[in-house]
Amino acid sequence: MERKPHGRAQALGESLFRGAARTCAAFVLVAMVAIFVELLRHSHLSLGRFGWGFLWSNVWNPVIETFGAASSIFGTIVSTLIALVIAVPLSLVIALFLVEVAHPRLARPVGYAIELLAAIPSIIYGMWGLFVLAPIMADHVQPALQKVFGDLPLVQGPPMGIGMLTAGLVLALMVLPFITAVVRDIFALVPPVMKEAGYGMGATTLEVTRKVTVRYGMRGIVGGVFLGLGRAIGETMAVTFVIGNDHGIAASLFASGNTIASTLANEFTEASEPVYLSALVELGLILFCVTFLIQIAAQLWLKRLAIRLGTE
Amino acid sequence: MRRGGKTWSMVAVVASVLGLAGTGVAQTTISGAGATFPYPVYAKWAAEYAKQTGVQLNYQSIGSGGGIAQIKAKTVDFGASDAPLLAKDLDAAGLIQWPMVMGGVVPVLNVRGIAPGELKLTPTLLADLFLGKITRWSDPRIAEVNPGVNLPDLAIAIVHRADGSGTTWIFTNYLDKVSPDWHSKVGTSTAVSWPVGVGGKGNEGVAAYVLRINGSIGYVEYAYALQNKMTYTKLQNAAGDFVSPTSEAFQAAAANADWSSAPGLYMVLTAQPGKASWPITGATFILFHKEQKDAAKAKAVLSFWAWCYANGQKMAEELDYVPMPKNVADFVEAKWHAEIRSGGQAVWP
Repeated sequence: MERKPHGRAQALGESLFRGAARTCAAFVLVAMVAIFVELLRHSHLSLGRFGWGFLWSNVWNPVIETFGAASSIFGTIVSTLIALVIAVPLSLVIALFLVEVAHPRLARPVGYAIELLAAIPSIIYGMWGLFVLAPIMADHVQPALQKVFGDLPLVQGPPMGIGMLTAGLVLALMVLPFITAVVRDIFALVPPVMKEAGYGMGATTLEVTRKVTVRYGMRGIVGGVFLGLGRAIGETMAVTFVIGNDHGIAASLFASGNTIASTLANEFTEASEPVYLSALVELGLILFCVTFLIQIAAQLWLKRLAIRLGTE
Repeated sequence: MRRGGKTWSMVAVVASVLGLAGTGVAQTTISGAGATFPYPVYAKWAAEYAKQTGVQLNYQSIGSGGGIAQIKAKTVDFGASDAPLLAKDLDAAGLIQWPMVMGGVVPVLNVRGIAPGELKLTPTLLADLFLGKITRWSDPRIAEVNPGVNLPDLAIAIVHRADGSGTTWIFTNYLDKVSPDWHSKVGTSTAVSWPVGVGGKGNEGVAAYVLRINGSIGYVEYAYALQNKMTYTKLQNAAGDFVSPTSEAFQAAAANADWSSAPGLYMVLTAQPGKASWPITGATFILFHKEQKDAAKAKAVLSFWAWCYANGQKMAEELDYVPMPKNVADFVEAKWHAEIRSGGQAVWP
């Protein structure tokens, strides 16, 4: 830290570095605001014509140029929910297995395998879903579900193998590695002393896991879940392949539907009417806002959780 | 050396992006954007044309909607669209359009025991299927036109395109023409509000779903039906004859069309007269500004398309496209002469 010999050059370098760092950081904010403004600007036609009704209208008819986002919003929420309902418990159990139960010799390769799952491009998941999972769903899983839950509206309709349930399953598989990786790291951070104290008091592995490990790692778990949620909600290609792409709201999980992202992927290239294009951009705006709100909610929740756990 | 080579190629890329290459000695580049459906044949034509003349084509297959927007904004030399523009829209933008290559849309199905070309459909039947009015293959209305065909008691699953597409435009345009019910309930567009069915992404998505779902019927580009050896149907054309989808049947539809009385060459080849015509045929179009600033550039663009009309048939057929008949090409070139101007002078020939 010799400043004197080349003090001026150093000062210049320092201020240049600071300036560059600041510019780069500012760029993120500017880009985000710019995206928001652009989305708003290009959707003004649709905003003006359909107003708030866009959010709950279920008509999507390019011929008469009337658009509503309800079915896309519904599909986004339902497919994401299915994915999380399946992926979250599975991830927790896998993470616990890796940290608490498995021998390190086994835990390491399994851990790598899970991380590799996260690196597979989403289009591969989509094609796998369409060509491998969908036939299995159509021939085995859906008929079996219909046999067991015959009268429930959730399983009505022809078992085509594609639709909301299949999309949820593919999404679950896609977010699983993200949640597992985060939760595993959190569990590994639990101080051994805490766990040993639990075992010392005669608790079983299950009890230590429930009362010590999971409790200690709650923040991380919630963080992991939100990471998975963020990925599932905007996933495009994989969903487009298997969801059936129909602008409808159906009670059955076997019925086809669509999500905001899949609608954009499908219809953007050939949308030539200005209102049509504008409605698609407004869908993008909704997705942007929803993702933003989820991030804020996640941060707030984490903060509250920290206070509660800290004071307990 | 490697590094040096890389740097120079970078410079070349930058230069061409800035448009410097275009001002070079012999190199002419014409640019276009639009429909994805004809992209393979345009690319093939362009490669062959570049070999013979040195003129490069830079075509971006961004979709018809994008193509229309780009040519209106004059960022490209020509635009390409699967659906023709109405004469009044052309006039408003100062554009001329002409058909370049054709394709047919073919209903394909997957019902065990039915062979390709075995099932015959009338226009009304096809519309009623896609309206969801006929729900089982054993329906007497299907049996009535198909005596002797073994039709199982199986639910009908409709498969359509999920993405906006010129194929859908041609298909719905046909149903719109032949079925008043379709006209009042659905209409014509690149994407419509489908009464029933599931949507596949792209021709390959529809083909995959049809091959996958037992009892399904969908529609794909002719080339896809051919390449995947799918079970196509025969269709009843405007003359009342049942025809199979073949290259000759598409050509017949185009040859029978009366281009000279179509304002702005707005011509949809669906439901054309003629005993041999396939009823769901469509052309893909090129959009060009009528008023050209640079006469040499305009001539270069038109020369390319004229070359394609004259020499491109075989290449198009190899890729399962249907070239425009000679009489249509001649008519189009006469239109160029009559309508495209640069400084008050005709650009072509």
